[in-house]
Amino acid sequence: MLLIACPWCGPRDEAEFHYGGQAHVAHPDDPAALSDEEWARYLFFRDNPKGLFAERWSHAAGCRRWFNAVRDTATNEIHAVYRVGEPRPVNS
Amino acid sequence: MSTQPYRREGVTGRVLRFRFDGRDLEGLAGDTLASALLAGGVRAVATSVRLGRPRGVYAAGCEEPNAVVQIEEPFPEPMLTATTVELYDGLVATGLAGRGRLADRPDPARYDAVHAHCDVLVVGAGPAGIAAARVAARAGARVILADERPEPGGSLLGTTETVDGGPGRAWAAAEVDALAALPETRVLRRTTVIGHYDDNYIVAVERRTNHLGAAAPPGVARERVWRIRAKRVVLATGGHERFVAFAGNDLPGVMLAGAARTYVNQYGVLPGRRAVVFTTNDTAYAAALDLADAGIEIAAVADVRREPGRMWAARCAERGIEVLTGHVVTAAKGEGEVTGAEIAPRTGGRAREVAADLLLVSGGWTPVVHLFSQAGGTLRYDEGLGAFTPGETRQAAEAAGFAAGVTTLRACLADGAEAGRRALAALGFGAPGVTVPVVEEEPAAAPAEHLWLVESGDYGTHFVDLQRDVTVAEVLRATGAGLTSVEHVKRYTTAGTAHDQGKTSGQLTGGVVAHALGVDVAALGTTTFRAPYTPVSFAALAGRDRGPLHDPVRTTPMHEWHVARGALFENVGQWKRPWYYPGLGEDPGEDMEDAVLRECAAVREGAGAMDASTLGKIDVVGPDAGVFLDRLYTNMMSTLKVGSIRYGVMCRPDGMVFDDGTAIRLADDHYLVTTTTGNAAAVLDWMEEWLQTEWPDLRVRCTSVTEQWATVALAGPRSREVLAALAPGLAVGKDDFPFMTWRDAEVAGIDARVCRISFSGELAYEINVSSWHGLALWEAVMASGEVTPYGTETMHVLRAEKGYPIVGQDTDGTVTPQDLGMEWIVSKKKADFVGRRSYARADTSRPDRRHLVGLLPEDPGVLLPEGAHLVSVSAAASVPSSVASAALPAVPPVLPVPALGFVTSSYRSAALGRTFALALVSGGRGRVGERLYAPVGDDLVPVTVTSHVLYDPEGARRDG
Amino acid sequence: MNPLPPHLPDHPDRLWRSAEPKRSYDVVIVGGGGHGLATAYYLAKNHGITDVAVLERGWLAGGNMARNTTIIRSNYLWDESAGIYEHALKLWEGLEEDLGYPLLFSQRGVLNLAHSLQDVRESVRRVNANRLNGVDAEWLTPEQVKEVCPIVEISPDVRYPVLGATFQPRAGIAKHDYVAWGFARAAADLGVDMIEHCEVTGLDVRDGRVTGVRTTRGPIAAKKVALAAAGHSSVVAGFAGVALPLQSHPLQALVSELLEPVHPTVVMSNAVHVYVSQAHKGELVMGAGIDAANSYRQRGAFHIIERQMAAALELFPVFARAHVLRTWGGVVDVTPDASPVVGLTPVEDLYVNCGWGTGGFKATPGVGWCYAHTVATGEPHPLNAPFSLDRFTTGRLVDEHGAAAVAH
Repeated sequence: MLLIACPWCGPRDEAEFHYGGQAHVAHPDDPAALSDEEWARYLFFRDNPKGLFAERWSHAAGCRRWFNAVRDTATNEIHAVYRVGEPRPVNS
Repeated sequence: MSTQPYRREGVTGRVLRFRFDGRDLEGLAGDTLASALLAGGVRAVATSVRLGRPRGVYAAGCEEPNAVVQIEEPFPEPMLTATTVELYDGLVATGLAGRGRLADRPDPARYDAVHAHCDVLVVGAGPAGIAAARVAARAGARVILADERPEPGGSLLGTTETVDGGPGRAWAAAEVDALAALPETRVLRRTTVIGHYDDNYIVAVERRTNHLGAAAPPGVARERVWRIRAKRVVLATGGHERFVAFAGNDLPGVMLAGAARTYVNQYGVLPGRRAVVFTTNDTAYAAALDLADAGIEIAAVADVRREPGRMWAARCAERGIEVLTGHVVTAAKGEGEVTGAEIAPRTGGRAREVAADLLLVSGGWTPVVHLFSQAGGTLRYDEGLGAFTPGETRQAAEAAGFAAGVTTLRACLADGAEAGRRALAALGFGAPGVTVPVVEEEPAAAPAEHLWLVESGDYGTHFVDLQRDVTVAEVLRATGAGLTSVEHVKRYTTAGTAHDQGKTSGQLTGGVVAHALGVDVAALGTTTFRAPYTPVSFAALAGRDRGPLHDPVRTTPMHEWHVARGALFENVGQWKRPWYYPGLGEDPGEDMEDAVLRECAAVREGAGAMDASTLGKIDVVGPDAGVFLDRLYTNMMSTLKVGSIRYGVMCRPDGMVFDDGTAIRLADDHYLVTTTTGNAAAVLDWMEEWLQTEWPDLRVRCTSVTEQWATVALAGPRSREVLAALAPGLAVGKDDFPFMTWRDAEVAGIDARVCRISFSGELAYEINVSSWHGLALWEAVMASGEVTPYGTETMHVLRAEKGYPIVGQDTDGTVTPQDLGMEWIVSKKKADFVGRRSYARADTSRPDRRHLVGLLPEDPGVLLPEGAHLVSVSAAASVPSSVASAALPAVPPVLPVPALGFVTSSYRSAALGRTFALALVSGGRGRVGERLYAPVGDDLVPVTVTSHVLYDPEGARRDG
Repeated sequence: MNPLPPHLPDHPDRLWRSAEPKRSYDVVIVGGGGHGLATAYYLAKNHGITDVAVLERGWLAGGNMARNTTIIRSNYLWDESAGIYEHALKLWEGLEEDLGYPLLFSQRGVLNLAHSLQDVRESVRRVNANRLNGVDAEWLTPEQVKEVCPIVEISPDVRYPVLGATFQPRAGIAKHDYVAWGFARAAADLGVDMIEHCEVTGLDVRDGRVTGVRTTRGPIAAKKVALAAAGHSSVVAGFAGVALPLQSHPLQALVSELLEPVHPTVVMSNAVHVYVSQAHKGELVMGAGIDAANSYRQRGAFHIIERQMAAALELFPVFARAHVLRTWGGVVDVTPDASPVVGLTPVEDLYVNCGWGTGGFKATPGVGWCYAHTVATGEPHPLNAPFSLDRFTTGRLVDEHGAAAVAH
């Protein structure tokens, strides 16, 4: 049960959140221009690092806002949380 | 007291009666089952699991490896340690042979869970824990102090040590009472912290009424799970004594020295009359002296060391206790229980046997690092202790007292206070001037010597894990087989996997493995510590999330009407939906088939009504609502006119159908979209995710209004007249109120939004009202006397006759709109929508994809099971155990038989006067007219492929 | 006193000796779990390739092989899955003899419960698909479920009643450690080197071809490298620049204390996330749900265990006062279609076997057989050909979500 600091609501139990996987994977602007391989990358391939990972969470049982977090998947420590649209903090 | 021959003289109390292994016995209030059994002279309490050897009480706490019992009354509970069962009147228990028995009746007890937050959680109310808690609490921090025992004091309970000039036990009681009186401090007794998780999430289990037996008040939760989030954690969890592997070290009468001391001091029980003490360290001397003071004869102390602590040796000499330095106990002697100990010089030489009924062992003490390690803390080997102590941790936690490797009472008190101060500093509290309690000067301890096993030619009864019956011989077999890791040895021998999870034996096993491999104990490490620290009942963890509270039950405003009319219900997600209404026709004993045929006929021929309130409903509002819906649905929603309705399908990016429903345009900037019942939450999540993470520039808000509206679906050729009668102000003519439009109107005197849409192919309306008025509307519709209520089964039949798919039944996440024959709903005009690109992939354009088709069994009375598979005529011959059909050549079965597809929906149709089915069939649209076979049981059912639209393909009926 | 539990077989006196790494091998297998060991065994036995090293970063078979709930079944929905899992089950049926090791393989059957009408449809669909694929499968009514497993609650008055179940009689359980050790011992006997505490830290790739591995115990040259690193597959494949469609998640399991026999079969319920069997010694072995968030921590969140206990007591009220003795977690690598990836990679002579999610144990001999074929011949075995990386580009997925969910 992680303690996740929602950028709007503050720290809350993990059970209040919905996980959204890797952050900063934009839907392609023009999917029709992509090759099948490139489209497959978008559909099915996400980073899976052991270490720092920028990921998406939604405070589903709270403010229902999506936001991003940088978490170490080896230790589960959350190094930063930031709002959608903000760049990934450089030092995390 | 003749019933308690081993009760220490002068000890009195309230007498409690209990039964063990069929014997009626007595104990005193404050006893554990173990202490009461010892007082009653019961030596063999349990039987070992594999070898069937008798076993007695070995320890005095949760680390007990031997005395495992089954509670029989007041309610059966398996595998408890006699050392942790508080005695109560009427307790009936039996000793176990390593395996317990579950009750054959439902557990009547209640269980619950609470959440708590605190600044400082202190685990363990021994000297260090109390010292930490009082510093933190007096500074005003919110403190929780949790301890597994009924009484605080920890190690002080079992000793005669003094604190602040008085008995340690009394000091602990007074301090903890004072803490409990503070407004921001909570003391949890009988509460075991079982798990320490990321971000200082702590799980503890409080045993609230177990100790009351049959007197437990009903209504009070028997056990309670505490889910604690702590800013700082102080782990003052103490230590467990370990034993030494020597021959017969499992005989009843062999006991950990510290445990014996506890029985004498805390419980007033004599665990024997004449004892031999075998030790590797100074701590057993205190035990020997306390036992001697209680009247137990100490026959000899065998100390493996050449030089025990001087003061201890002197005190033994004062009492005339013989101390044999450099000696070991080579064997416990006795048949069924200890009658003596064989003592020999460690370096070899003549052994002698000393008569005794009690053999105390101390192989040193192991800090309880379970929680520290569970939470990801590293461990380091402490040469002085011969055990692992806490190293680094990422948690805001630290160990204190003996758990941190601190050995004397004075140092533990100081260490606890320091841990409290550090917690305060980390939290930004000022540290108060709290004095550390005063204790007597303690003599400097002589170093312990870490003896794991007493060497021998035969290790067959040198136990390392008593509960799993694992001996040194088996450890040697494991290492001899090539295993070099403690984890492998554990798995090969099962050492450390029993009820006690190796609390007394883990370090010992490691020592023996190191000895066998000739490697360093420190390098070998430990096996992993895992939650729970002590076993926890399933029921406690399940808490109140059982029965009706297991998952919320959602019902519509009309639910009670359906119940009163005898509807049977279908679970759809969390919703209860009326499935069908047996007995509402002329035949009160109607079965499902008849009821559904009746309901279907009523809709096709007259009018029927269904409670459609469970459909998901989402308000999509904002200037960009149309653009937004265009991106999510495969078809165009922005061009929908205000006042109109459009059916839509939404897909995942992989192009597979995710959900369907209708979009109603209420205003330029306001749509109301419906979803399937089961997907309502998922669709809202989906919309919000795209809006917030991909298209934050779109000015759109989404709000679930599922429960704000109640919906009655009114269908059938006579639905128009029913509606007209209920809504006299509404122009219901075919041209006044065309298909796929909506009107606001007063229906049965209730403000309503009426949509002319149809999921049955018949003339139909969906009447939406505020959910407050749902029941009134439903009753008004029914009061017309013209309308037959119908359930989800009839709805399924009617839509299937029309070839309308149900997402989740006729789709399975691998089906595209094109597969469903819904090419028409996939926009060619829009530049993009979610999923569009995927239709250009190789697999989605395969001609042999499975298409939704209709099936007509050649025998119109045969109903295909949903899920039945379909094979070609040529493959049908290969189906095993099929009944030979004259039409088929006889060939031996060949597996696998290639399937062309399967039946997704199958019904008897009142309108068609026969059975029919929908199916997903490979290249199905090209197979219309083709015969296929469905293997059903031992039969091959011939079917003909048809269009998926079987009823009114021209759509003539929707206007009534 | 109670009768003693049935006698459990003894282990052999000789298992394997940890080897020192040589400078080079014909085949280096990265990952000494069940799959790596089985692959090594079949490389040696079926293909005569014995110059093989199995590299394990910790102790042999200490990853998911030591952490799973040991359920074996082959009743998967799609033909492709049924093919490889049924091949595995057939191998299981002769494995004790083949390996000369008592694996406690017990074909006690597996029930997959249905709790909704949609569950029933999907279950019957799966039974029919299974039969055409030669997989034994039956659909049971609630009363028949009760006959197979008398402690299951089949009252219609519970929140999610049991509406029936699929039953695969040939399914069952085995003792995971013994399976690993059986393969390790047999492979070692055929000349394979078991190298423990040897973590792979890099892959050497030259001109699009893998030439060796770097390890914490030095570089090792290899003609072929076969990855079998389960939850760490993404990390290892990343050393060669190969991206895999995987996400790693913790998956938890637990055991109770030893109990008198009450549960004669294996019960799985995807809808309420309960999988339980009673092992030979008497402990209840249960699998819990998967943690939502990616993590390499071999430890899941506790609320998942609590939720699972509630569901378990709905199905098995008799378990109320059983005790959880030990919980643990493994790291499972999950693909978008809940089916594995077994085959070639864009790097020549580098092979991948991953993405088994929660289903790896039951496939152990089957995938070992097929993966060994793939590595030995450079071409996928027909049974693993559908599980290529390429399917994510064409879209020809083997979507087992419906049938497998998070089931073990």
